[in-house]
Amino acid sequence: MITIVDYNAGNLTSVRRALARLGLPAQVSADPDTVRRAGRIIFPGVGHAAAAMAALRSRGLEAALREAFARGTPILGICLGCQIVLSRSEEGDTPCLGLLPGACLRFRLPDPALKIPHMGWNAVRVVRPHPVLAHLRPGDEFYFVHSYYPQPDDPTCVHTTCEYGLTFPAAIGVDNLFAVQFHAEKSGPVGLRLLQNFAEWEPC
Amino acid sequence: MLSKRIISCLDVRDGRLAKSVRFVDTRDIGDPVEKARAYYAAGLDELVLYDITASSEDRGILLEVVERVAAAVFIPFSVGGGLRTVDDCRRVLLAGAEKVNVNSAAVARPELIAEAAAAFGSQAVVLSLDARRNAALPSGYEIVIHGGRTPTGLDAVAWACRGESLGAGELVVNAIDADGTKEGYEIALTRAVAEAVSLPVVASGGGGRPEHLYAVLTEGKADAALVASMLHYGEYTVQEIKQSLAGRGIKVRWTADDGRPTTRDG
Repeated sequence: MITIVDYNAGNLTSVRRALARLGLPAQVSADPDTVRRAGRIIFPGVGHAAAAMAALRSRGLEAALREAFARGTPILGICLGCQIVLSRSEEGDTPCLGLLPGACLRFRLPDPALKIPHMGWNAVRVVRPHPVLAHLRPGDEFYFVHSYYPQPDDPTCVHTTCEYGLTFPAAIGVDNLFAVQFHAEKSGPVGLRLLQNFAEWEPC
Repeated sequence: MLSKRIISCLDVRDGRLAKSVRFVDTRDIGDPVEKARAYYAAGLDELVLYDITASSEDRGILLEVVERVAAAVFIPFSVGGGLRTVDDCRRVLLAGAEKVNVNSAAVARPELIAEAAAAFGSQAVVLSLDARRNAALPSGYEIVIHGGRTPTGLDAVAWACRGESLGAGELVVNAIDADGTKEGYEIALTRAVAEAVSLPVVASGGGGRPEHLYAVLTEGKADAALVASMLHYGEYTVQEIKQSLAGRGIKVRWTADDGRPTTRDG
């Protein structure tokens, strides 16, 4: 059973629908105990980092996520869920979960022709293989919508990069945590396969 | 670098697929969910469902279609047509759409854009504008509403800028003069809007051949092109359109086994 963490940060139904399509049992939950005990966690979200952290805290989910991470539960962060697993975010100068040391930075692009948010389909490059990315072929594209990007302190935590005025990390991970800046659930077959890989991933 | 997006709009009337020619004389051409599924499998980048009966009564049929589409396709899709309030928007988002597409109601009450952006984020709010040539206005294009029947006196480019400042996250620029003609997009209109705003711009109306998309994605400065008749009547496949664009140097997205050049490296 995959537990999708509900913290009032956007539409979680698209993740649930994608898992249903794959035949993967899933539940949406805002209950800290359910998250603590979960066999596997997807941590999605869209919205503002400060609002998201406040919602996690008020629901007791911050501590639950830390505990789940510490006990080795496989966790997949998506979009905002990829950003707030870091130590802090420039969005609202927000202290975040700190599961993976690093910061979430705002795009500062010198080229005015490059619009922010970075929205649409873009290719990712695998710079450090990971079981969740095992299916990727060069040139495979994912759907992005974001104005901030994740920057781990340790470069070996970066698994894929993407080009948009600069090279930024698009998938990051440490131990039993893997997180993607793009919307895997909206990225067609290549995104569904990533979710399938996550469901089968056994972190060592 | 972002790929240029190929988007298809499914006009839905009473739960069935329709395609209008200059917004009159609609013809039933099938089940929207079947079309959505087929286009998804063919590598379409994004979908729009537009309810052309929405001004009238039953919205329940549309929400059911939205739910069925959301369960069948895993690419972004937006829903428009007759959305007047934040609650209207919330219902289609909860039914599974990523974005709402507001049009006439935003002209009547521009605050709708700001309210929807505050409730769901700008990334979820698409302002769709219908424009028709009118030499009396500064940009040469006037905003029309109610499916093109009612002129508003608003300049198209000024309205696009207003929409951006109110919090829209994306613009669909639909040229009424070109809609359904398959004679090409309205390049001057699309370009004028794209140069005036810093939002992604989707060109709509008039696409009939891949070279029309090429023109509006380059000369017209659009980020995406909306296609309807070209696909709905089977004149072209998504793959044929993308291959044609890629052959002219446009970056497009390929999905597995869809004919991407084998030597390509990301």
